[in-house]
Amino acid sequence: MLPDFFPDQLPPALRDLLERGVPAPDPAMSRRSFLKLAGLGGLALGAFPLVAAAQGAGAQADALKPTQQPSAFLHIDADGVVTVAINRLEFGQGVQTALPMILAEELDADWNKVRTRFGDNSPAYVDPAYGMHMTGGSNSIKNSFVQYRELGARARSMLVSAAAARWKVDAAKLRTASGQVLGPGGRRLTYGELAEAAMAQPVPGHVALKDPKNFRLIGHPTPRLDARAKSSGRQDFGIDVRLPGQLTAVIAHPPVFGARPRSVDDSAARVVKGVKTVVRIPLERGGEGIAVVADGYWPARQGREALKVEWDTNAVEGVDSARQLAQYRELAGQPGPRHFDADMTPLDSAPHRIDAEFVFPYLAHAPMEPLNCTVRIGREDAELWVGTQFPGVDGAAAARVLGLKPEQVKVHVQMAGGGFGRRAVATSDYVVEACEVAKAVRTAGIEAPVRMIWSREDDIRGGYYRPMHLHRARIGFDERGRVLAWDHVLVGQSIAAGTPFEGGMVKNGVDHSAVEGMREPYPLPMRLTVHHPKLNVPVLWWRSVGSTHTAFVMETLLDEIARSTQQDPVAYRMALFGDQHPRHRAALKLAVDKSGYGKRRLPEGRAWGVAVHESFSSVVAYVVEASVQQGRPVLHRVTAGVHCNLAVNPRGVEAQVQGAAMMALSTCLPGSAITFKDGEVEQRNFDGFTVARITDTPEIEVHIVPSAEPPTGMGEPGLPPLAPAFANAIAQLTGKPMRELPFRLA
Amino acid sequence: MITLHINGQEHRLDLPPDTPLLWALRDTLGLTGTKFGCGAALCGACTVHLDGEAIRSCVTPISAVEGRKVTTIEAATEGGDRIGAAVRDAWVRHDVAQCGYCQSGQIMSAMAFLKSLPKGKQPTAAEIDAAMAGNLCRCGTYSRIRAAVADAARALV
Repeated sequence: MLPDFFPDQLPPALRDLLERGVPAPDPAMSRRSFLKLAGLGGLALGAFPLVAAAQGAGAQADALKPTQQPSAFLHIDADGVVTVAINRLEFGQGVQTALPMILAEELDADWNKVRTRFGDNSPAYVDPAYGMHMTGGSNSIKNSFVQYRELGARARSMLVSAAAARWKVDAAKLRTASGQVLGPGGRRLTYGELAEAAMAQPVPGHVALKDPKNFRLIGHPTPRLDARAKSSGRQDFGIDVRLPGQLTAVIAHPPVFGARPRSVDDSAARVVKGVKTVVRIPLERGGEGIAVVADGYWPARQGREALKVEWDTNAVEGVDSARQLAQYRELAGQPGPRHFDADMTPLDSAPHRIDAEFVFPYLAHAPMEPLNCTVRIGREDAELWVGTQFPGVDGAAAARVLGLKPEQVKVHVQMAGGGFGRRAVATSDYVVEACEVAKAVRTAGIEAPVRMIWSREDDIRGGYYRPMHLHRARIGFDERGRVLAWDHVLVGQSIAAGTPFEGGMVKNGVDHSAVEGMREPYPLPMRLTVHHPKLNVPVLWWRSVGSTHTAFVMETLLDEIARSTQQDPVAYRMALFGDQHPRHRAALKLAVDKSGYGKRRLPEGRAWGVAVHESFSSVVAYVVEASVQQGRPVLHRVTAGVHCNLAVNPRGVEAQVQGAAMMALSTCLPGSAITFKDGEVEQRNFDGFTVARITDTPEIEVHIVPSAEPPTGMGEPGLPPLAPAFANAIAQLTGKPMRELPFRLA
Repeated sequence: MITLHINGQEHRLDLPPDTPLLWALRDTLGLTGTKFGCGAALCGACTVHLDGEAIRSCVTPISAVEGRKVTTIEAATEGGDRIGAAVRDAWVRHDVAQCGYCQSGQIMSAMAFLKSLPKGKQPTAAEIDAAMAGNLCRCGTYSRIRAAVADAARALV
């Protein structure tokens, strides 16, 4: 959901910019233990990271950063209930279960007593590798694995020290198991009994971590901690926040990005029962919107329907999809920045040629929970309740809108009903909207928290799409399928251009997030020319980002080369991998073996399809079975081979691959496209923008390559290879290559 | 004033009669387990039971449910209903939910389907798909939904 950029490419100035909302770490924090607040009587969970009182005991841990302090992440009450803070947004990917597993492993906690709470925009909850608050790039487990292990190990060490002091024995003689410290002669103390005394122990800097062969939680399929709440309607999401006296805002957005009203007649809106006020607010790109604020969503929505607005769209560019495609084709013939280069002279003399053009549309994220944000403005502070992947960025943006200092804004991260990248916006678009409404409501003399809710139409038409892309390839190869020259052109808007991420992601005119997944890991002589046109359409990372299109292009073209030279697509790929890419080989081999590919005879009318792709440091291979029924491609069975190093929660990895495969399947179905006419989005709701249904769902089997290497992420990597594997099966059946998403049979 | 019977309780609401049941539940009664997804009966997130039948509360005005029995996810799964408990337990056993936002609606559709089956009848895969086809899940939990519905049906025999 974020491109795979590298932390060392984030200049300090960028980090500073992104983290304006965050006060500098308090040096006193380095001496706090994990139970600071327990001594205050009540266990005020919500407050513990920000209370800055010094602990006073021991100073060995002075060098520890806020992200390494047990106090901000862990709380143990007298009954031994362990509450673990989650430094990420939970929006389905399962970190709310996997991160506590990691911490509880080293803590030797009783898993049945582990609870969680979500973090906020405090310094402790930044990604330890990136230094900013973020959930994205499939980084949560990858970057917080060691962090959460060390947090657990530090707390365990303090509990052991407390028991040693009480029993007057050497701490080295003590063991821990399932929430207890075990001493000589069968003595035992529960973590709950020791918690207060442990608080007085110094926080150790260096801690020894378990040998992975002794893991009893990590690596074991574990049910989600939120399963019961989410199976009984008891799980609250951001949209369910209810503050006393809160009002609800619905915004009339311009039909074209950046447009403004020429005239507004809100008289009918104001008399809708329940409507409190109607305010005009600035929007991105110089636009302006009208917010109807009422005592509930329905009157606000009715008020919006009653607005009479004449929009002036003359001053803004009106994108038209047909015209845009023609422009992209024109641009593809022009010289541009090069990402890869190679000698293209063998192209003209090559025995075989493929000349191909691919088109990929804009895509909406369309999380099931419509975007929303609740804002409470205080005297000299503000609080936000929002499901966000960027709480630090959003807090800073809120501070700018509200005229507050960044440290005066608290962002309470909420459980989110999906997101897929849409909740990680450099401009904080919907958060800024909510703050603008709250500010205008206050200016109108109304003191009330404001909950802004987008309708589904606002979401589908609200921009920040996966960019539309055009790819062109000219490939020369010989009879054995050896590629002699591959001349490739890619046209699409840059996601990072014009954002604080530009410096870290755009190099020599090429946005890294647009080209990720091109060429690698295949040893191909490729020249890659890239064009990033600027258009009046906001674009954004969308689950697996560049690989949503690059994997399709690479894996369908290689398959075509294999088939046109009478080679088995699996053997062809294996030969290209050589012995350089053992994870690709292992993932593909596992999928092949488990699927019965090459061994099992398929029912009449079905064909195999194969693809493998690495994204965000994990490799996923798919072997699929598909057919064409009444002119419609149908996916029957999917077998996945996954290499994500150590799978912390294999049950979660399986779910992520099943889900990513379905999201990818959506992109193949008719209607999975956002298109423009006269600058307006042509789709409005789920009737116009397709999301896969249960009736589209194949059998999906997920197999994980065993590994003890440090884990890599799995939120996104299951997505890229599904569509090309499906396309390869269909191409096999029809004899015609697939060059478009959503699929179109010629 | 409109009188609604929700989860076995009577509520008198001072709302315009065309107010969708969804917003009466969520904003007026605080029953937020029923979710807003599309507002147009296209995604199923707002599914509740009206006299035992699954309906989309986002397009059902409160005037249309006056005098009839409305059941929401809260009472359906934790209110002593045998089928509701079986579906809930199957959902937990199969770890169906990812983000979980659509699951209230999925569960309400699954329950209504299982209630509609003749006693002892085990649904086919195609029947399960047909019954659940109106509920969208952007996380793509459909494989596990299929397994959980079948499992709940087995548990109810």
